[in-house]
Amino acid sequence: MSTFDQILSLVKSSCTHGDCIVDENATPKAISIERGDLISVMNILLNDPIAYFDMLSCVTGVDNGPEAKTIDIVYNLYSIPFDHHLMIKVTLPRDKPEVQSVCSIWRTANWHEREIFDLFGVHFLNHPDLRRILLPADWEGHPLRKDYKHQDYYRNVKVEY
Amino acid sequence: MPTDAVQYKYKEGDLLRSAPNKFDVGDLRSEEMIINLGPQHPSTHGVLRLEVLLDGEIVKEVVPHIGYLHRCFEKHAENMPYNQVIPFVDRLDYVASMNNEHAYAMGVERMLGIEHQIPKRVEYVRVLVAELNRIASHFIAIGTYGMDIGAFTPFFWLMRDREHILRLLEWASGARLLYNYIWIGGLFYDLPVGFEERCRDFLGYIKPKLQELETVLIENKIFIDRTAKVGVLPLDLAINCGVTGPMLRGSGLRFDLRKVDGYSVYKELDFDVPIGEGKMGAVGDCWDRTYVRMLEIHESIKIISQCLDRLTGDLKRTKDFDPQALIPKKIRPKAQDFYVRAEIPKGELGFFFRSDGKSDVAFRCKCRSCSFVNLSVLPEIAKGILIADLIAIIGSIDVVMGEVDR
Repeated sequence: MSTFDQILSLVKSSCTHGDCIVDENATPKAISIERGDLISVMNILLNDPIAYFDMLSCVTGVDNGPEAKTIDIVYNLYSIPFDHHLMIKVTLPRDKPEVQSVCSIWRTANWHEREIFDLFGVHFLNHPDLRRILLPADWEGHPLRKDYKHQDYYRNVKVEY
Repeated sequence: MPTDAVQYKYKEGDLLRSAPNKFDVGDLRSEEMIINLGPQHPSTHGVLRLEVLLDGEIVKEVVPHIGYLHRCFEKHAENMPYNQVIPFVDRLDYVASMNNEHAYAMGVERMLGIEHQIPKRVEYVRVLVAELNRIASHFIAIGTYGMDIGAFTPFFWLMRDREHILRLLEWASGARLLYNYIWIGGLFYDLPVGFEERCRDFLGYIKPKLQELETVLIENKIFIDRTAKVGVLPLDLAINCGVTGPMLRGSGLRFDLRKVDGYSVYKELDFDVPIGEGKMGAVGDCWDRTYVRMLEIHESIKIISQCLDRLTGDLKRTKDFDPQALIPKKIRPKAQDFYVRAEIPKGELGFFFRSDGKSDVAFRCKCRSCSFVNLSVLPEIAKGILIADLIAIIGSIDVVMGEVDR
């Protein structure tokens, strides 16, 4: 049984809200889970002695566009002692993008999630400090959404260059 | 619009509306105050603004406000073909452009599945220029850090020596800082004739200078007093906060992606990974981080001289060698999600790509920048310290705002 299969069965065992699907096209291999299971899965991935993913390398938001009506959040995990990689994906509806924050598990998620909130408008529940991070606080809209149209004027300065 | 017209009318409170403070003055206790440090402050290494909650001279809370240099890298990367993104990648960590290009080109090549076809000479040239650039970046880090805490001379020495590197890279690529030299599948040009010899001369020149630097700065009593036992970052906190690069190694973990992943030709090269050992105080203090950078320069010199041996030995330039031969005409990876990472001077630079397989423009390209993540640890280690030590900690993190804000 390969390590990925062990990790997969670990993830499966802590999924209660729905099925988990393996995405073979991703590098490193990805597991898609339901958003309700996120915290329990992440907790077990950090704490289980087989997995022990102690580093959250990257959190990415991906807007699939107004036709697909979904936003993906992709977590790239890495285990320093075992040299494992893993990608965890959560799909959110585009009209109400809400997911639990993983700040309580990895503190590095704090700024990553703020960035996704800023650029995609995804709300992370139980986040300690969810403010915009890169854009000004009074900016309108979330620029990395595929259907984003920027405002005409920001403080009487034309945005179009 | 005439150029002398007022383009932006300032109204009271405008600044606070766009970047509001986290703390409200009304909620403070009588002995507390808020000091705004930056965005235009020489010790913040660019446009970093820190909102510092002070009790006398003791820092109680630090809130970094970033985004003043946001240049929409990810939006740009979603709107142009993979090869045209490289000049934007240069501008992420603008003091180590070669390393950024190396990471990005490697990622796209892996997505296309051509990473094993790249000629050995191209790979060695890539590693050579990346390591030269790593030395230049560490020179900036150490030099400006010394200046932050009062040592003025080493800064000039290091800038002088860095200029030699920049001239070498300018000779190879045509640009001093933003090279656009490493392309997907190859290089812009082969190294110019005589580069290897000049580079070897430079190595002979730099070694005694490093000894000088160590004596005048690293082992200097004042420098040690200012940096030892300051800003101690424990290892468990460092890992939990995702810190990488010299900061993580300074905290005592031998973790370098060049060794761990062995990407490009690093697995054929012989070099060590220095870590902080707490020689002057505690493991993971500001002095350790600077010392790790210092030792890494020596390791880079080792790598460069091995690369030069190969490039003048069995991988010698030939008349018919074309570094652009393998560059794909159409860069269209199959539909996939891909995460690539590489070690740049500040830590782990990662790129997340999503390609839909139907166009030569990335559907999503996210940059996981190491300065951004390393900076996020600042509020954790800057509690209960003196404000002068806060300056020392910012310098030791070695942030480049171009990469933090992207």
